[in-house]
Amino acid sequence: MHVPDGFLDAPTSLATGLIAAAGIAVALRGTRRELDDRTAPMAGLVATFVFAAQMINFPVGAGTSGHLMGGALAAVLVGPWSAVLCLSVVLLVQGLMMADGGITALGTNITLMGLVTVAVGWTTFVLMRRVLAARPTAVPIAAAVGAFLSVPAAALVFTLLFSVGGQAPVDLSRVVVAMLGWHTLIGLGEAAVTGLVVASVIATRPDLVYGARPLLAVPTLEIRTPAPDPETTR
Amino acid sequence: MTRRRFFAAAVLLTLLVAGVASYYASSHPDGLLYVAGQTGFEDAAEDSATADSPLAGYQTRGVGSERLSGALAGVAGVALVGLIGGGLFWMLRRRDERPDTSGSGD
Repeated sequence: MHVPDGFLDAPTSLATGLIAAAGIAVALRGTRRELDDRTAPMAGLVATFVFAAQMINFPVGAGTSGHLMGGALAAVLVGPWSAVLCLSVVLLVQGLMMADGGITALGTNITLMGLVTVAVGWTTFVLMRRVLAARPTAVPIAAAVGAFLSVPAAALVFTLLFSVGGQAPVDLSRVVVAMLGWHTLIGLGEAAVTGLVVASVIATRPDLVYGARPLLAVPTLEIRTPAPDPETTR
Repeated sequence: MTRRRFFAAAVLLTLLVAGVASYYASSHPDGLLYVAGQTGFEDAAEDSATADSPLAGYQTRGVGSERLSGALAGVAGVALVGLIGGGLFWMLRRRDERPDTSGSGD
């Protein structure tokens, strides 16, 4: 989904740059509420994992591929505002160092993969968490549904941007059908990876999953009395 | 699992994904570039201004072996994201006023 330079014209790229900057500014404030001494290292870890996972393109159908975007995954693991910053750091390093995604397209890429996937992924996750049983085991399923929807949503927003500022005269109806079709398939991969990773963290350290926190039972002190007669407990 | 062990395992997994597994990734164009080719806006793409970066295209310039070149670029990228992201999040975190009573091993 990394948009190269040249696909969108300068005004559209400038507009998405402003949207991205505003999103990051709000996220810088929101992140303070999400992270503390225990979870700040987790956010750094999630950013590096998303970077690594984005290197793994998996084949989708004939001749094309997709990779994890990670917006929904990061939002569930460390919170939506921290997730926006995770993806922004990843996209910045990719654009500046790896030439993956254009420089004038950096705002577009942060908007699509940093803002749209996080917003759609997190909103869907919260709704699903409410619908499903309020147990930590529901968290990976809700995360997978959010991840699945986040990918075609980003594809749809790209097509919208292209309809405004696309730099080539092409049939937009063909673009929207192809973008949604392929990215629905890629969304299945996004859902699988997201569900698997969230399930693994839930299984080992559920307290480190931001999206699971409302569901974790508050540990209550329990008074255990010694069994009066060992014979009866055997 | 202690927190320390969890983080060690996660960092190791991340490095293995970026440094080893990435070699086996599909080299087909991603969904967007494939659609661009299909519908005819592929040629609008321009080379990035950073196309001459020593790590451009997830390959390390000057390293002959494609496997090693990709592994080094992947690990370097992970390190950069870890430094920038880690520093940013550590700076932004909410300082806990209460004394930590949970113990360091937790």
